[in-house]
Amino acid sequence: MNAAPKIGLFVTCLVDLMRPSVGFASVALLKRAGCEVHVPRGQTCCGQPAYNNGDDGNARAIAERVIAAFESFDYTVAPSGSCAGMLKKHYPEIFADDPAWQQRAADFAERCYELTSFLVEVMDYRPSDVSFPLTATYHDSCSGLRELEIKQQPRQLLSAVSGLELVEMQDAEVCCGFGGTFCVKYPDISVKMVSDKVANIERTSADAVLAGDMGCLLNIAGRLKRLGNAVKVLHVAEVLAGDGATAPGIADKQ
Amino acid sequence: MRFTSVDFERNVTKALQDEHLQDALQRGMHGFVGKRAEAVAAVPEFERLRDEAREIKNHTLEHLDYYLESFEESVVRSGGHVHWAVDAVEARGIVLDICRKTGAKSITKGKSMAGEEIDLNEALEAEGFEVVETDLGEYIIQLANEPPSHIIAPAVHKTREQVSDLFHHHHRLLGFEQRQVEVPALVDEARQVLRKKFLQADVGITGANFLIAETGSNVIVTNEGNGDLTSTLPRVHVVTAGIEKVVPTLEDMTVLMRVLARSATGQEASTYTTIFSGPRRPGDADGPEEFHVVLIDSGRTAILGTEFQDILRCIRCGACLNHCPVWGAVGGHAYGWCYSGPMGAVLTPLLKDLEAAKHLPNACTLNGRCEQNCPVRIPLPGLLRKLRHRQYEANLTGATTRYGLHVWAFLAKRPALYDFCCNVVVRLLHLLGKRRGRLARVPLAGGWTRGRDLPAPAGATFQSQWRARGRS
Repeated sequence: MNAAPKIGLFVTCLVDLMRPSVGFASVALLKRAGCEVHVPRGQTCCGQPAYNNGDDGNARAIAERVIAAFESFDYTVAPSGSCAGMLKKHYPEIFADDPAWQQRAADFAERCYELTSFLVEVMDYRPSDVSFPLTATYHDSCSGLRELEIKQQPRQLLSAVSGLELVEMQDAEVCCGFGGTFCVKYPDISVKMVSDKVANIERTSADAVLAGDMGCLLNIAGRLKRLGNAVKVLHVAEVLAGDGATAPGIADKQ
Repeated sequence: MRFTSVDFERNVTKALQDEHLQDALQRGMHGFVGKRAEAVAAVPEFERLRDEAREIKNHTLEHLDYYLESFEESVVRSGGHVHWAVDAVEARGIVLDICRKTGAKSITKGKSMAGEEIDLNEALEAEGFEVVETDLGEYIIQLANEPPSHIIAPAVHKTREQVSDLFHHHHRLLGFEQRQVEVPALVDEARQVLRKKFLQADVGITGANFLIAETGSNVIVTNEGNGDLTSTLPRVHVVTAGIEKVVPTLEDMTVLMRVLARSATGQEASTYTTIFSGPRRPGDADGPEEFHVVLIDSGRTAILGTEFQDILRCIRCGACLNHCPVWGAVGGHAYGWCYSGPMGAVLTPLLKDLEAAKHLPNACTLNGRCEQNCPVRIPLPGLLRKLRHRQYEANLTGATTRYGLHVWAFLAKRPALYDFCCNVVVRLLHLLGKRRGRLARVPLAGGWTRGRDLPAPAGATFQSQWRARGRS
């Protein structure tokens, strides 16, 4: 690629609010991969809380704002399979009855990517001089896995991290119970699901659990820490950017 | 069965606290997933078969009136009778009428979700008929006086110990004095009890896996052979089936059969596949004297032609239940009707009551594992989302969710204000939680913190830190 592609980083609301370090790690990775990174103003959320609760009007209003803010970039990249799935798969559905907007949404959606899949598929990036001297297990977030077919990409990137040993857990592809507003609307079911997830993590004896979505990570970390478990919880971008060894884990002492 | 979807939250609490249930779910459910995966991996063309299966069902649904009439003609041609039931009341009335006219005392039943849907057992028993379920799982829950918890494994919520108790309690009266504990012995005992019932029955009632328009046949698959004994031994065979069970030809059925058992139990085919085409003909070795098919609408035509039509492709394999982590956590009874899991969460609000079943479409993380495993590619998460939209439009979304969404959306559309408010909140939470890195209790976040800590935010938002560094 000749000119560096211009990236609009869709930070995602949870990274923006809860874990800015994931945003900075994403910027660092995209730059190392040869991109020019921008963080467009005016971004708040992808609109999933509205869309998944049946409020299509607000989902559409937010989608219009996101598309307008990001469509001028070569690519829109988000450190989340869930938000990227919303942008890529569901925005075109939202405008199904509006041909002009649908075309705009489809053009935009085509250039939207989740971070690890963008690094692997578009930039052919491979981390170098990055280490993480721990065993880790990887949780496949549902939207990334099933809407965007993200499975090998993060693992391929992690395989280039020196010192990192990846141990697969049982049921890595089973939902952790986050589910957006589901986790607070049906907390008992959600906690049962995340408890099963945590049990599978514990069975691997891994030092760390990684994933590509803040929602799942907050949920898993919240449960692990409530149980007094020391397993370190990190976003995959933090490890790939080389911050994994030094950064405090999610929900660990800062 | 009692319709308790309105009590979903209470049902969930009960299910999560029920140690026997949790034990049964843990032991009973894991096998399905692995077996399906193995069975599917062994068929290289499986994805293509799923496409074909979807197209066969779509084509049939697009021409449902034609194929139903064609089915009726074929049944009549072979000497059988077709009855049309607009709802559960009519369906029950038709079956009762047939049983009365037969002068029946004893009725055997093969597994039929349509029968569950129309509360057939209760209606028959209220009229004084002796009704015996002959599918082992259905038999167990009949003894326990419970509804099925799974569309293909109705008693999967029961542990072996519970079944042992149940059999001992009921079969003692029939002369089986020793309590059996091992599975083969339990099965054998049930077989001995049921064998007598098969021979006594005047009417046998089964469901249908497929109804074949070209031949007027009813196809059922079982692993116990009970369907065959139920339909061939009694004088009268009655089939209860939803109208969406019809497919054009036997050839079409074979495609659906190839995806059905693999998706359901991971078998290549169920142990018994039987094609019934009308009553006994002169010279036939066996078969019923009368053959009746009760075609049940009960809300299905209202789904036809709507954005929910895809759910009518469902072939009741149970794969979506088996792969649903919510179903796996709470089992089927929590859903409050005969259909549970993802397909139940779509069907129940549509066939029963959108408001009473309003929790079902929401009690889902939209993780998509159901759609990934559905043999006829029903976009279950999409349908659940559409139901949420319908609820939102009908003002059925809970007040807390609605109010929360309004506040959030108001802010999300005003980035400057959003940024300001978020920074206030995350900085405050940071101050409160930074010592431990997490918070055990947070106002308005009781749902989260009941079983989890809330990770403390890192301070200022990413965007404000980014701007503070003078970046664009």
